[in-house]
Amino acid sequence: MSTTVTTTGTKWWSGGRSPFNVEYGKLMMWYFLMSDAFTFGAFLIAYGTVRFSANGWPDPNEVFQSFPGLGNGLPLLFVSLMTFILIVSSVTMVLAVHAGHRGDKAGVIKYMIWTIVGGIAFLSCQAWEWTHLYHEGAWWGSNPFANHDGSTGHQDFTNFFFTITGFHGFHVFSGVVINIIVLLMTINGVFERRGHYLMIEKVGLYWHFVDLVWVFVFTMFYLV
Amino acid sequence: MAHTAHADTNSGKKEIWRVTIILSVLTLIELAIGFGMYLWLKDEGFLRHFLKGIIIILMLAKAFYIVSYFMHLGHELRNMIMTIVVPLGLFIWFIIAFLYDGNSFKELRNTYDAGYKERTTEKTHQGSTEGKHDVKDVKPQEKSSENPGSHGGGH
Repeated sequence: MSTTVTTTGTKWWSGGRSPFNVEYGKLMMWYFLMSDAFTFGAFLIAYGTVRFSANGWPDPNEVFQSFPGLGNGLPLLFVSLMTFILIVSSVTMVLAVHAGHRGDKAGVIKYMIWTIVGGIAFLSCQAWEWTHLYHEGAWWGSNPFANHDGSTGHQDFTNFFFTITGFHGFHVFSGVVINIIVLLMTINGVFERRGHYLMIEKVGLYWHFVDLVWVFVFTMFYLV
Repeated sequence: MAHTAHADTNSGKKEIWRVTIILSVLTLIELAIGFGMYLWLKDEGFLRHFLKGIIIILMLAKAFYIVSYFMHLGHELRNMIMTIVVPLGLFIWFIIAFLYDGNSFKELRNTYDAGYKERTTEKTHQGSTEGKHDVKDVKPQEKSSENPGSHGGGH
């Protein structure tokens, strides 16, 4: 009982207990994510600043309008799929954390596998999209897409797109690698011997953050 | 912590599904607005900006649900929440200052840089879709080497 009392009047700072009632590693994960939020924020604000300083900008619906196997003229469809893949993998991650609370090793393994599958599916979608755009002539330093008003496309459109989705994709990739490591540790019974599955929570925080960033990237690049 | 988890196993699961549905519905509304703008609202104007504003509000709502429920920040101690949320308040200044600066730079260039506005708004493509298909099989390297030429050609 003593570790979970959160009644008012508890003297958190008088010593002998954790003032935030949270494990050190988890707290540090939160502060890391906060700093990472500033990194992504800086990228997105740079993008916004350049976009606000430009007279024209390409229309995302004209640029991102292809779906593998279905051809062109389908704006938002592929990115919707990517968004739902990440939301679903976030949900399976919550379920893994939930199973960890109950000490349900089989449940943690099952949901971690689904989360990893979701992450790999998202990365595959991104790989396809990048390849497709590359074959249309888009890359760092090369923007074949005209602006909304038909004028020559702003050069920074592709620079920002590839840098920011690339940085996010790199986070997804590291997330998948970390998830695989934690899955192997779960299978080997490391957390069972440790007596708790707090590691799943910490990894889960990182994974949700990746989903959170995608919410912003998706809105800023594909919708507005 | 372990003993409390057992009691709220069911309510916890319910909350997960509730938040999942909220996130999905918000995403679908965003996509519907985005698709509606693509179909019926091609021209920039007040309504388009207004709808984009709604999309950004929905985005912030989604961010709140992910952080508060999926990341469980809402369940932590208030002091801890504040050490994370208060520094993020810098973003309010960060966003306003930089977007204002970007906009101001545009106005200054349009006003004082001779020919800048004409240069950046003259139509060089029939329509953005066709312009895109012209370069379908052009490799990026070739494309980038032809760009400065076409750009400087007019001036």
